[in-house]
Amino acid sequence: MKAQMTALLGWVDERFPLTSTWKAHLAEYYAPKNFNFWYFFGSLALVVLVLQIVTGILLTMHYKPDASLNASGVPVAFASVEYIMRDVPWGWLIRYMHSTGASAFFLVVYLHMFRGLLYGSHRKPRELIWLFGMFIFLALMAEAFFGYLLPWGQMSYWGAQVIVNLFSAIPLIGPDLSLWLRGDFVVGDATLNRFFAFHVVAVPLVLLGLVAAHIVALHEVGSNNPDGIEIKKKKDANGIPLDGIPFHPYYTVKDIVGTVVFLAVFSVIMFFMPEFGGYFLEYNNFFPADPLVTPAHIAPVWYFTPYYSMLRSVTVNFFWIDAKFWGVVAMGGGVVILLFLPWLDRSPVKSIRYKGPLFKGAVAIFVVSFLILGYLGMLAPTPMRVLVAQICTLLYFGFFLLMPIYSQLDKCKPEPERVTGK
Amino acid sequence: MRKLIFALLFAPLLALASGTELRLDKAPDKTGDMAALQNGAKVFVNYCLNCHSASYMRYNRLRDLGLSENQIRENLLFTADKVGDLMKISMQRAEAKVWFGAAPPDLTIIARARASEFGSGSDWLYTYLRGFYRDDTRPTGWNNLIFENVGMPHVLWELQGQQVMGEGHHLSIAKPGTLKPAEYDSLVADLVGYLQYMGEPIAQTRRQLGVIVLIALAVLFVFAYALKREYWKDVH
Amino acid sequence: MAFDDKVDCGRRRLIVATATMGGAAGIVAAVPFVASMMPSERAKAAGAPVEVEFGALAAGEMMTVEWRGKPVWIINRTKEMLDSLKKTDDKVSDPNSDKHMQPEYCKNEARSIKPEYMVVIGICTHLGCSPTEKFKTGAESSVGPDWPGGFLCPCHGSLFDLAGRVYRGMPAPDNLEVPSHKYLGDTKIVIGIGQDGKET
Repeated sequence: MKAQMTALLGWVDERFPLTSTWKAHLAEYYAPKNFNFWYFFGSLALVVLVLQIVTGILLTMHYKPDASLNASGVPVAFASVEYIMRDVPWGWLIRYMHSTGASAFFLVVYLHMFRGLLYGSHRKPRELIWLFGMFIFLALMAEAFFGYLLPWGQMSYWGAQVIVNLFSAIPLIGPDLSLWLRGDFVVGDATLNRFFAFHVVAVPLVLLGLVAAHIVALHEVGSNNPDGIEIKKKKDANGIPLDGIPFHPYYTVKDIVGTVVFLAVFSVIMFFMPEFGGYFLEYNNFFPADPLVTPAHIAPVWYFTPYYSMLRSVTVNFFWIDAKFWGVVAMGGGVVILLFLPWLDRSPVKSIRYKGPLFKGAVAIFVVSFLILGYLGMLAPTPMRVLVAQICTLLYFGFFLLMPIYSQLDKCKPEPERVTGK
Repeated sequence: MRKLIFALLFAPLLALASGTELRLDKAPDKTGDMAALQNGAKVFVNYCLNCHSASYMRYNRLRDLGLSENQIRENLLFTADKVGDLMKISMQRAEAKVWFGAAPPDLTIIARARASEFGSGSDWLYTYLRGFYRDDTRPTGWNNLIFENVGMPHVLWELQGQQVMGEGHHLSIAKPGTLKPAEYDSLVADLVGYLQYMGEPIAQTRRQLGVIVLIALAVLFVFAYALKREYWKDVH
Repeated sequence: MAFDDKVDCGRRRLIVATATMGGAAGIVAAVPFVASMMPSERAKAAGAPVEVEFGALAAGEMMTVEWRGKPVWIINRTKEMLDSLKKTDDKVSDPNSDKHMQPEYCKNEARSIKPEYMVVIGICTHLGCSPTEKFKTGAESSVGPDWPGGFLCPCHGSLFDLAGRVYRGMPAPDNLEVPSHKYLGDTKIVIGIGQDGKET
C-alpha cells in the first residue's frame, strides 16, 4: 500500500508541484519560533473566510434577492430570510453562523492588522504584504456593505441609501455615479439584485485572489515576529534560520488549538446571544424595509462605526464644496492612510518592544481614539459628541501624519540578535 | 505599555443619554411554560390574527408547544385550510392602510424588532398591551402610553376595561373589564410569551445545542492542546 | 531538528486520538449543512396530501388535480372502458402490474381501488411529458382503427391503455404511476395517504 501511494505521489509530482508546494509553504516554510497570541489572527481570518463561504453558499440556496412584496405585503427577500430561519432544516444555524461570522471576520481582521502595527510587519521588505492586506480590508468592507443590504430590513435599506447617497456628494459626477450604482433613483430591487451579485460572486473572487497574493507575498519574504528582527540573518549550516521552525507541524498544531478556542467563543455568541445586544443583528433590521419610513436613528454596523464617526465629524464647508463631500474624503482618507504606513514609519526598529515612549504613547492614543470613534459612531450626534469625534479624528490622522517625525525622534532600545522567549 | 492603554481607556465617560427615554415594565418570563404559551397562542389567533398576519409562522409549528396536529386543526386553525399552511390573513394591505391609517404590521418577529436599549421586545409588548387609554381626540378613541397616536384600537378593552390618563402621566382604570387587573396582566404575559416564542421558535433548541457544542469543544481542546504541547517540547 | 528513525508511539497515539476526535466533530458539524438541502417545511407543506371530491365527474370524463406539483388524473371509467382492458391485456408490456408502479392495493387489472374510478399520475414514464387523453375509439381517435381508448404521449409517442398500462415497444418503460390514495367517501379521496392511513 505504501509503495503504491509513493508511486502515485511520484506520478503527480512529475506533472504538478504538489510535494514542492507542500515543502515550500508548510513542511519547510521556516517561521520564527516566538509567535505569540497576536499571531493567531491570520489563520483565524482564513478559518472565518472558509466559514463565510460555506455558509454563504448554503444560504444562497434558499435566499431570494427580490424586493417586491409577497401576498402578505412583506418583501420577498425579507420573507426568504425568515423562511431560512424556520422552514429550512438547520437554516437558523447557518444564518446565525453567517451573521456572527461577519462580525467575527472584522474583529479578527482588526486584531490581525493591529498586530502588524505593533510588530512592524508592514516595514521593508513586507510593504507589499501590507498593501495586499489593505486591499483585502477594503474588499472586506465592500463585501460587508453589499451583504448587509440583502436581508432587506430597515437598517439594510436605509444604511445603503445613506452610503450610496454619499457618492452623490462627489462634485460633478456624484449624482450620476449614485444613479449608476443604484440602478434606480432610490435603493430598490435593482440595487438589491446587483448587490447580491457583488456579494455572492464578484467580491468573494476578488477576496480569494487577494488572500492568495497576501500569503504568497508573505512566504516570499518570510514572516516577521514579535521582536521585529529578521530570522533569515542567522542561518545554520543547512541554510535554515536558527530561530526558525517549520510551519508544519509546529504552527499547524498550534493553530488548531487557536481555532478550537476561537470556535468556542464563536459558539458562545452564536448559540446564546446571536444578536449580541443588537450589535451583530440590529433590532431595527427585524422590520422589513419601508421606503416611506426612515428610522429615527440610522447607524452602520459596529465595524464601520469608527469611519462613520470620521464622516460625521466634518461639519465645515471648504472651498465651496459641501462638508458632506469632505466627510466622505475624511472617511476614505481614514482607510487610505493605512496604505502609507510602511513609508510613514521611520523608526530604526520594527517592533514596539524596542521603540521608545513617543511611539508607545502614540499607539495608545491611536487605539483609544479609534475605540472612542467607534463608540460615538453608534450614537446619534450631539454637539458635544461631534466635538469629541473631531478631536479623535484629528488624533487618528495625527498618529499617521506625524509618524515620520516622532518615529525618528523616539529613543529606541537596541534590537536583540536572536529572538527572545516572550 | 499595557498600563498606559488601560489608563487612557478610563478617560472621562461621555454622556449616555441618546434620545427619548422609554420606561418599560418587565415582562414575566414564560419560556418553557407550555400552558402559558398555549394560552398565548389561543389569545393570538382569536384576537390578533384577524388584522395582523404572522406570515412566516406555520400552524403546524405549534407542535413545539405540546399540541398535536389535530388539536391545532380543531382549536387554532382560523385563517387557513391546512395545518401546514402559514398564518396569513385575507385582509389586503392596501385596504388596511385606508381603514387604519397604517397597515397592521406582520407580527411574526415583532418581539425581536421591538427590542431596544430600554428593554427587550417582550418588555415593550407587555407595556404596550397594558398601556392603552381613552383618548377622544383619536379616530379610534384610544391612545397608547408608549406608542403615541397609534392607529391600533385597544382590541382587548373588554377584558382590561377602560384606562384613562391621569396626572403625572399615570394610567388608571375608569371602567373595569371582565378580568381583574392581575388576571389581565397574566393574559397579556401569556400572549407576549407566545409572541416571544413565535419570534424565534428554535430559541430553546439553540441554547440546548450550544451547551453540547461547548462541551464537545472543551473535549477537543484538551486533545488539541495536549498535541500542541507534545510537539512544542522540541522547541527551545 | 534531527528526525529519529523509530516512531514516537506516544506522539502517534496523540495524533491519532486528536485526529479521530476532530474528524468525528467535523462529521457531526457537517450534518446540519447537508441536512439543510433536504426538503424544507414549505416544500413538505406544498407536498401535503390533497383531498378531491369527484361526485360531479360524468361517466367517461376525466379531471385533473395537482399533487406535489404533478398532475393527477381521476377518470370515471364506463363499462366499455373497463371492458377494453381485457383487449389490451396482450398488447401491454406489464399486464399484471408486476413492477411497483402502484400501491399493493391497486395491483389488479383495473389498477385502482374502485374499478369505475381510475386515479393515476399523468406523467409519462419515459421522460416526463404529460400524455394527452385519447378516449375516442377507432378511426375517430387518429391513433389507429383498432384503438380502444387510452393515452398518447405527444413527446415521443408512447401509448397507454385506460388503466395507464404502457403498450409494448414504446419508449416509455413502465406503466403510469398510481399514487397512494384512500377513499374518504363514495366519491372523495385523499391523495398522498395510503390505505393504512400513513402519509407517503
